[in-house]
Amino acid sequence: MSNIERFQNPGLPEHVHRKADTDPKAAKRAEQQVAVLFLLSALGTVGTIAAYIFIKSDVYIFIPILGSTNVQQMSLGIGLTVATLCIGLGAIQWAKKLMPDTEVIQERHELRSEDQDRADFIETFKERGGEAGIARRPLIKRTLGLALGVVGLSPLVLLRDLGPLPKKFFETTNWSSGTRLVLDPGGAYIKPSDLEVGAVAQVLPELKKGEERTLENVGKDAVLLIRLRPEDFNLDPERLAWTYNGIIAFSKICTHMGCAVALYEQQTHHLLCPCHQSTFDVTRAAKVVFGPAARPLPQLAISVDSEGYLVAKQGFTVPVGPSYWERNSSNG
Amino acid sequence: MVVAALFTIGTAFGMASALPGAQPAATSSTSPLVSQGKAIFLRGCSSCHGLNAEGGAIAPSLIGVGAAAVDFQVGTGRMPMADMSQQAMRKKPVYNADETAALAAYVASLAPGPASVTSESLNWQRDGNIAQGGQLFRTNCAMCHNFAGQGGALTNGKYAPSLMGVEPKYVYEALITGPQSMPKFSDTTITPQEKLSLIAWLQSANQEKNLGGASLGRVGPVTEGLLVWTLGLGLLIGIAVWLAMKAR
Repeated sequence: MSNIERFQNPGLPEHVHRKADTDPKAAKRAEQQVAVLFLLSALGTVGTIAAYIFIKSDVYIFIPILGSTNVQQMSLGIGLTVATLCIGLGAIQWAKKLMPDTEVIQERHELRSEDQDRADFIETFKERGGEAGIARRPLIKRTLGLALGVVGLSPLVLLRDLGPLPKKFFETTNWSSGTRLVLDPGGAYIKPSDLEVGAVAQVLPELKKGEERTLENVGKDAVLLIRLRPEDFNLDPERLAWTYNGIIAFSKICTHMGCAVALYEQQTHHLLCPCHQSTFDVTRAAKVVFGPAARPLPQLAISVDSEGYLVAKQGFTVPVGPSYWERNSSNG
Repeated sequence: MVVAALFTIGTAFGMASALPGAQPAATSSTSPLVSQGKAIFLRGCSSCHGLNAEGGAIAPSLIGVGAAAVDFQVGTGRMPMADMSQQAMRKKPVYNADETAALAAYVASLAPGPASVTSESLNWQRDGNIAQGGQLFRTNCAMCHNFAGQGGALTNGKYAPSLMGVEPKYVYEALITGPQSMPKFSDTTITPQEKLSLIAWLQSANQEKNLGGASLGRVGPVTEGLLVWTLGLGLLIGIAVWLAMKAR
């Protein structure tokens, strides 16, 4: 390799002394700056404690931009900021102005061990290994290999404890044939006449005797009732039969990520999911008209029972909510 | 009493809205308020809503919407609209209280609908339950109006307005009339007493103090994150630059 191609070590640039290195006055000034910063920090701590003790917690003042602000909280925040920030600023100033700044080079040692050390190690290993008899006792060698090989399995199996398997939980809801619709919150039964055209209601399935409402169940059972003019619907005959006098019911759980879809725009008949802006057209059985959702919201078939209250005709025909591994997507 | 009266109004509206389509305008009314309202309507509203309030291509029919809808839309300045944008926004009312009342009387004379309410008739301090109102708000209102009533975005430039500082009567009228994108909340699904609870909760949320400095719009992690990204990271970058600068 010629010398021209070889990259030359440029070395360190010439060291330039700082003002504080050459001028004692500047050094004194820098020292004072650092000291002032550390003093400020101490004052901040004193101020924080004083604010906590002496300022009442219900005093508010008006500060432009911030608005009405609690004086005690504000003072605590400012005090703590000054106390911690000034330690840091002081330390930086100290390091930059006064601590030694001459560049030194410390060569990194060879990573490879000395040849003598390597030879010694191999010799020792062979000698002691021979004494322990690893080569002579294959049973021990193999069983040790087995033990070491499987020891990692138990933590893997313990991962199972992360939670119960969902089993059929996602697939089924508490809606079934004849389940009455009840208002959420309140739990009152609903008659079709309770809803005007353009009205909505948040509903849940009626609880069986002795049952309590759990959040897990609300998270999959929640249904939105909407009343439209019957002529606004654009449904196939089967889905039209699932509505009652212009009242249509959809699962409130978004088929994308499971947020509650209940932003109903009564002029456009669109349902909007607030999380990722999936938009569903209520008049076309919650067909996705915008956004990342892949499937329409499951529709709940509703009717009225002998007492005139709204009931479910049947449970949901497809799993509600977002996709999951075991989801059976054969019918939507 | 008030609750009972409002309940009756709600039921009347329920029946009214079940009536089909447009009806001919009532012509027999001779009340001076109604004729004053009609005069204002013909001058200010009929170009969009039609000479008989029957609606048109760009504006809905007002037959059967009731005095409450007029009081809400005109009283909050949403109607008449300033321009044909996605949504009528709250602005300084064009008509004063008397003119609004006349307009409301005229529209109410066309077909039965919910009557307007006054803030005094809504005794939310006595009949409203803040805890119940919060529960109702989170289930029925929070998805559009934000969990703290700060408002939020809908589709295509439409939005749910902030509910902070909205007069109780306008909250009540919006609930029973369903203005613009908002659905109706019938008195049978959210009773008049529950509506007063909602108002009580809104009032309490409105008066809630900001304990720790700026509220940042009370919309949660969005503004807080933005502030940290701009101010916080900016400060850190500044310090990093200072750290790496050659000392003089």
